[in-house]
Amino acid sequence: MLKKKIAPYLYIIPGLLILLIFVYYPIFRNIEYSFLKWDLFSGTKKFVKFTNYLSLFRSDEFGVAFKNNILYIIISFIFQVGISVIFASILENMKYKKLSTLFRTTFFLPSLISLTIIGLLFTFIYKTDGLLNSILEVMHLGDFTKGWLGDEKTAIFSIIAVSQWKSTGYTMMLFIVAIQKIPTEINEAAKIDGATRLKTFLHITIPLIKDMIKISTIITISGGLLVFNEIFIMTNGGPYGSSEVLSTIMYKNAFVHGNIGYASAIANVILLLSFVFSALQFITKESDN
Amino acid sequence: MKSRYNKSIRYLNYNGMKEITDNLGSMVAKLIIVLFFMIIAGPLIWMVVSSFKSSNEIFSNIWGLPGQWLFTNYVEAWNTGISKYFINSVFVTVCTIILTLIICSLYAYSITIFDFKGKKCFFILALCGMMFSPIVSMIPLYQEVQVLGLYNRRIALILIYSAYQMSLSFLLIQSFFKSIDKAYLDAAKIDGCNNLITLIYIFIPMSKPIFVTSAVLTGFYSWNEFSFALIFVKDSALKTIPSGLLAFQGEMHAEWGVLLAGLVISAVPIIMFFVFAQKYFIAGISAGGVKG
Repeated sequence: MLKKKIAPYLYIIPGLLILLIFVYYPIFRNIEYSFLKWDLFSGTKKFVKFTNYLSLFRSDEFGVAFKNNILYIIISFIFQVGISVIFASILENMKYKKLSTLFRTTFFLPSLISLTIIGLLFTFIYKTDGLLNSILEVMHLGDFTKGWLGDEKTAIFSIIAVSQWKSTGYTMMLFIVAIQKIPTEINEAAKIDGATRLKTFLHITIPLIKDMIKISTIITISGGLLVFNEIFIMTNGGPYGSSEVLSTIMYKNAFVHGNIGYASAIANVILLLSFVFSALQFITKESDN
Repeated sequence: MKSRYNKSIRYLNYNGMKEITDNLGSMVAKLIIVLFFMIIAGPLIWMVVSSFKSSNEIFSNIWGLPGQWLFTNYVEAWNTGISKYFINSVFVTVCTIILTLIICSLYAYSITIFDFKGKKCFFILALCGMMFSPIVSMIPLYQEVQVLGLYNRRIALILIYSAYQMSLSFLLIQSFFKSIDKAYLDAAKIDGCNNLITLIYIFIPMSKPIFVTSAVLTGFYSWNEFSFALIFVKDSALKTIPSGLLAFQGEMHAEWGVLLAGLVISAVPIIMFFVFAQKYFIAGISAGGVKG
């Protein structure tokens, strides 16, 4: 009888332990850390209440990083939701199915490849004597050539561009899956009624894939908020901190300066912001089911 | 669906210009698609072609085909370090997939077939893991990994990847288990199977497609994961491809051709993997709403 009672728990224990240790427990530790002044290298710890948060919000690096995250989110939204939905619809409307499959697969490819590979590839492409500048020269736009990642004004935009290069095809694939679920009769009926392609797109396709648009919006926003890899690999926040985002200043403060408490405060700010969007995603998914 | 369509159709009206604007529009659309195709494919093709060039030629002859195809770049990249990163990546990915599937199927099975105290709570706990991004917990996890003696060991990556992939796999597997007819369970019981046997011989084989989907998504994540691999594994001999490539870049100095060859070698497996598992992968991403 006892065996019967504990059996259900035995099954969930391995997964539960892993979840609690690596997903839930760290969240609480983070909150605790953020109230400490804690030097990683000397090991001194002191309770300082909200000092870390206050000095974070007053700092210049936070302003720059937050602005860059917002830029990331806005541009990603335009490409990965706006443009990608248009592309998905064009590809689905193409007469030559083989060609549209080729396009679709090619657009999707970059999202499969690790960001390290893509980041290193684009540091080549953005070099002063790299591919991008040589294309500009061929197009007689030689005046615009520069070391794209080495310039304070262009560094963050160059990285954001790579991100769009990588991810636009991903959300496009999600939209294609959604569009394929629309019954063909609906589109055919619209055609018979004399609807233009544009009107069919606006008044039939978009309303019918609304849920997928919602989901993509949320993953795009939280992606822009949590971005780390491409920045770390391509510029590491430079030049002069111009391409820092929240996660890179968190990383630097923790693992380079050893300022654990302050870095944890940054982590909690990211957590709070991302939590809002993940909760939204979660709610949307639940309501779909 | 019907009423929504009727509502939509009211907006649509015919006008004489329709044919012309429609054609013009689709011309422009096609042009943009072709341009975008060039932007996406260009860098990839350039990477593959340049990986056969010498360092000098990559910059002096940026557009053309290599004067001499240096297959030695690939040999050198493989021997200089890519091979060990490759093996580590395979090891970490395979272990993560196995661990994730085991813990998720046990967890999901328990939630599906048993009634017990706190069931709902455990269900929500498993699902909500999805809301937390691993990058936010980087600092406490770093401390934890040190304390548990997992620092600089591949098992740290395996455990953490499984933890963060668990919620999604759990969601997929549990919703599939839920749909399995309970009559199988009773039949198995009559035949004298205990619960674990029923899971292994009835539930899991019946859910094969969803297990493949979960495996593909988990594998994709662990193959490409960068930030934990960077921070938790310091020893170059234990690094996986994403973090190893950075070390590799440092070792290569100005051997650009070899570095590019290394990038190509690292990109190929995941692309091949996708070609074979495309169906499952796309089913997974559109069900899960996740992003790599």
